[in-house]
Amino acid sequence: MKNDQKEKTPILEMRGITKRFPGVLANDNVDLELFPGEVLALLGENGAGKSTLMNVLAGLYRADSGTIRMKGEEIEIYSPKDAMKHGIGMIHQNFKLVQTMTVAENVILGLENEDFILDLKKVGNKIKDISSHYNLKVDPNAVIWQMSVGEQQRVEILKLIYRGAEVLILDEPTAVLTPQESRELNQIIKQMTGEGKSAIFITHKMDEVMEFSDWVRVLQKGKLVSVVRTKDTSPRELSKMMVGREVLFRVEKKPAQPGETVLKLENVTALNEKGIKALQNISLNLRRGEILGIAGVAGNGQRELTEVITGLHKVTEGKILVEDKDMTNKDPLEFINEGVSHIPSDRVAMGIVGDMSVAHNLAMKEYRKAPLTEYGILHPKRILAMAKKMITFFQIATPTPYTNVKFLSGGNIQKTILAREIGACASLLVAAYPARGLDVGATESVRKEMISERDNGKGVLLVSEDLDELMSVSDRIAVMNEGRIMGIVPADKADIESLGLMMAGVPQEELT
Amino acid sequence: MIALITSILAITLRAGTSLIYATIGEIYTERSGILNLGLEGMMLLGAVSAFATVYYTGSLLLALLVAALTGMILSALHAFLSITMRANQVVSGLSITLFGSGFASFLGQRLGPASNGHYLIGLVGKKFTPFDIPGLSKIPVLGAVFSQDILTYIVFLIIPVAWFYMYKTKNGLNLRAVGESPQTADAMGINIAKTRYIYTILGGTLVALGGAHLSLSYAPGWTDNITGGRGWIVIALVIFSMWNPSRAIWGALLFGGINAIQFRLQATGTTISAPLLNMLPYLVTIIVLVLMTWVETLNKKVGAPAALAVPYMRGEK
Amino acid sequence: MHIVFEKRNSVSRKAILLVPTVSFLVSLILTGILLIIFKTNPFTTYSSMFIGAFGSWTNFTETLVKAIPLMLTGVGVGLAFKLRFWNIGAEGQLVFGGVAATWVALFWSPFLPSWLVLPTALVMGSLAGGLWAGIPAVLKVGLKVDETLVSLMLNYVAILLAQGLYYGAWIDPKGMGFPGTKLFPKAAWLPRFSGRAHIGLFIALILGVIMWLVLNRTRWGFEIKMVGQNPRAARVMGVKIGKSIITAILISGAFSGLAGSFEVTAISHRLQQGLSLGYGYTAIIVAWMAQLNPIASLFVAVLMAGLLVGGDQVQMMMGLPSAMGIVLEGMILFPMLAGSLFTDYRLKFITKSRSREAAV
Repeated sequence: MKNDQKEKTPILEMRGITKRFPGVLANDNVDLELFPGEVLALLGENGAGKSTLMNVLAGLYRADSGTIRMKGEEIEIYSPKDAMKHGIGMIHQNFKLVQTMTVAENVILGLENEDFILDLKKVGNKIKDISSHYNLKVDPNAVIWQMSVGEQQRVEILKLIYRGAEVLILDEPTAVLTPQESRELNQIIKQMTGEGKSAIFITHKMDEVMEFSDWVRVLQKGKLVSVVRTKDTSPRELSKMMVGREVLFRVEKKPAQPGETVLKLENVTALNEKGIKALQNISLNLRRGEILGIAGVAGNGQRELTEVITGLHKVTEGKILVEDKDMTNKDPLEFINEGVSHIPSDRVAMGIVGDMSVAHNLAMKEYRKAPLTEYGILHPKRILAMAKKMITFFQIATPTPYTNVKFLSGGNIQKTILAREIGACASLLVAAYPARGLDVGATESVRKEMISERDNGKGVLLVSEDLDELMSVSDRIAVMNEGRIMGIVPADKADIESLGLMMAGVPQEELT
Repeated sequence: MIALITSILAITLRAGTSLIYATIGEIYTERSGILNLGLEGMMLLGAVSAFATVYYTGSLLLALLVAALTGMILSALHAFLSITMRANQVVSGLSITLFGSGFASFLGQRLGPASNGHYLIGLVGKKFTPFDIPGLSKIPVLGAVFSQDILTYIVFLIIPVAWFYMYKTKNGLNLRAVGESPQTADAMGINIAKTRYIYTILGGTLVALGGAHLSLSYAPGWTDNITGGRGWIVIALVIFSMWNPSRAIWGALLFGGINAIQFRLQATGTTISAPLLNMLPYLVTIIVLVLMTWVETLNKKVGAPAALAVPYMRGEK
Repeated sequence: MHIVFEKRNSVSRKAILLVPTVSFLVSLILTGILLIIFKTNPFTTYSSMFIGAFGSWTNFTETLVKAIPLMLTGVGVGLAFKLRFWNIGAEGQLVFGGVAATWVALFWSPFLPSWLVLPTALVMGSLAGGLWAGIPAVLKVGLKVDETLVSLMLNYVAILLAQGLYYGAWIDPKGMGFPGTKLFPKAAWLPRFSGRAHIGLFIALILGVIMWLVLNRTRWGFEIKMVGQNPRAARVMGVKIGKSIITAILISGAFSGLAGSFEVTAISHRLQQGLSLGYGYTAIIVAWMAQLNPIASLFVAVLMAGLLVGGDQVQMMMGLPSAMGIVLEGMILFPMLAGSLFTDYRLKFITKSRSREAAV
């Protein structure tokens, strides 16, 4: 009887959590229960409020109302320190690691019960114990910035174990991993839950929910819409709960009709800021009327690839041809003049000027030329007229065209960029993670725009970490690993398993 | 010749002392992620308050305390503006310098005795005097190191302590993390605002003591603009020392050395014109900056704390 | 209950006007408290400062004399700050401009038709100011060297250079050792219209308005805004960042250089001690208080000049240190900086209402 009781008492309970941001109700009266030794998947679209809820639990946000109980007792979490004190630790999407410090230093950072004078050797030994126990291969003396993303994630897990976390929160942990690495992560979590720890993990991928979790809670627009046992549900049912309607897993599109070559890379090599080869001997071909998808775990050279073909990054070897014109190491302006458009990966940092109006942001490609400028003088009325047209056509939700673009939502910011870039695109559209972080509606419209650009006879290079997206939107998929192209496959013949192996560094020729 | 070198070394240390205080202070401030360009103003107010105190009370210790307090107040103001109010740190620091130099010269014309027209300029007060460390001061040439005033001896104790605290203690680790990645430090339970307040104020205290050394030892008394841009040179010295307290000494000795050479040359009556000679420290600062930046670019390594001068607010990128 | 800052949904227009006004008042109050500590009546001090600066036409012309260099340096510094280029070297750019104008006035005038002397002096002065500002700009763009320090260090270099000249090579042989060059020929004198107030005023006003137009109505101005607010995005959009920065900073320095040329050709008619009274530093206050708007800078410059002139007046009339005006000015930016938070954020008061109460 006593055992039965223990089984049924949740280790963690959240009741009626509400959190408001200016203009957004991020969490609306959300409840959550987590049982010891179990994994709870928190499922929902981008913007459904999953991360907000977990940040409340981790002490980074404070809920406007609601209670949290740990082992039956009500607790107050005002800061990450409080969360840690109660055994709650979170692995954020952007890792919380100091890049210039070692693993050991990161592990003990902020700990109050460490000795005043640091004993890193002692810490290192403890880390080695933990890593051999959980099979987490990590060198305590390695410096973070020299580690791969997968290794950094291991450091994050180690850090939480070192701090005695009983509840681990993982925010989209597999987004940065290959399918194979994800499975390893699953093993580690299984071992930990086997020892009585529990985990919550945030995701929007159905297959992971099925594989990893015991329970699923689905959030939709800040509200908890359903709670189910994983074994009693199916991916199809889950996605219905998540979106509130049946989702099309395939985007409607006509077969591609590739025309002449618009972009050609010949043996391109480029270095990153640290002087390491970010692109190695890349050759590829993109034709008008075709979408070439680029798959790979983030940080394998995709950013540099999009940057060398838009003039933002220098090439050390090789050649870049746009419409047969040699564009190697030309300025961004010259690429723009060739009709190359760019939807950058970090849209707020690179795609807009937040403190300028929506109208001005829409004009940031065309402002150089007549009719918007004549003899160096701007025509504000013409800029406004053009902006209004774009706002209507792309359905950008903005109070006025004069509103500073930083006040728009992520989806509308992306639409602003899309409107501008498509408007200026004449030959090639380079899109890096164009649907990242957008809700389903915005994602759909972004994907449709990609396809319609293709049908308008432009070449589209689409970089994404979402294999479903790549397989449904693109015509061919190139897989990158450590700055190399591991292989290029037609999208309709691609399967997740072989794409995953190529992402992990297995060349196409070696796949059987 | 040996006598000349000895005397240059002695003056170098004397001139360098105030720079080392201020450099270590600013290193600590910047390591927490706060850029304080108010050094010139804080040194000036430290100098004038210290001198006024010693003139009226005759107590050097009290003068140091008053200077330290001045530095604390001004840097607390900078901390409030940059941390709590998230103001632009460059402009906030400039304001401290603008206000500090104006207010220092105001005080210099107001705090003096009525007999001197309320001026502090031209008055003589007690000052720190050099004393020999028995035995060591007799070593040829290097003996100059052991024939200094107490503030210089203290700063040579501060250097290793400051280094050890920053790299070998828990608090130092947390401090470096706050300046490098406040997001991380916050998630690890470190109080960002508190850490930044503490080290901005600690830094300001040391900076003001550097100013006090000028009016109590290096050039005893008060004159307008007694710092002559030292507050700005210190900001360059922080870069020169790559934000490492143990290297603070080299920059300070370099500039102290330039001072000493100017001193000697002027004393011997050189043909080089005085203004040209006086340009030297400023030109050297520019050259040092260019070289340091160039070396950093070559090594593809940035020495500055990554979050320097970036305000932190939880939940914002 | 606790207080948090919450990001506004749009920039508060009210705060843009309110913050500088309130800041000025706060500065008056703080300095007033200071005056009381020094046993001086703040009201009589302020009223005599006001009368000293604006009380009569003669006094006002003196205010204008000081306002002209502040307008030019303020607009120039404001342009640099728009690019987040912390040019704090306006002082040196002003002095170097003055030196160049002096060079033309003293040594070129024999070879130039007299009508051309003054324009040449002004143009050379502006060029020199631009050149002086160009040093930190090129170092920043080319090598990423910190511009704050370089521009500041160059202030000292320019001032010492000027000193070296009027104490040395350019000293007036008939000046009985007085440090200063000989008087400029009349052809190099900028006409005055009342008292010492000179026609540089109109040039400064026109240039301020032009700067506003250029920033808001031209392609170049559009690019300057992009580079200043988000250089990474500007680069993606094809803007040549280095070129934008260097041209803007050359212009920024030219404004200060012109201010320096006015000082020697209209006021002192020679190069001597006290060419700049810290205008280059006050310019920082002018630019920031005007929130980098060139037209607003013109008005703020008059106000700041009034404080300087008023400060001199209270020294003569009440025996207060002339640094009084500078203290007042130095205080203005503190409330201004604290207040600027409210243009982007508002205060939100949170009471600890937990769900139990809310649920009832």
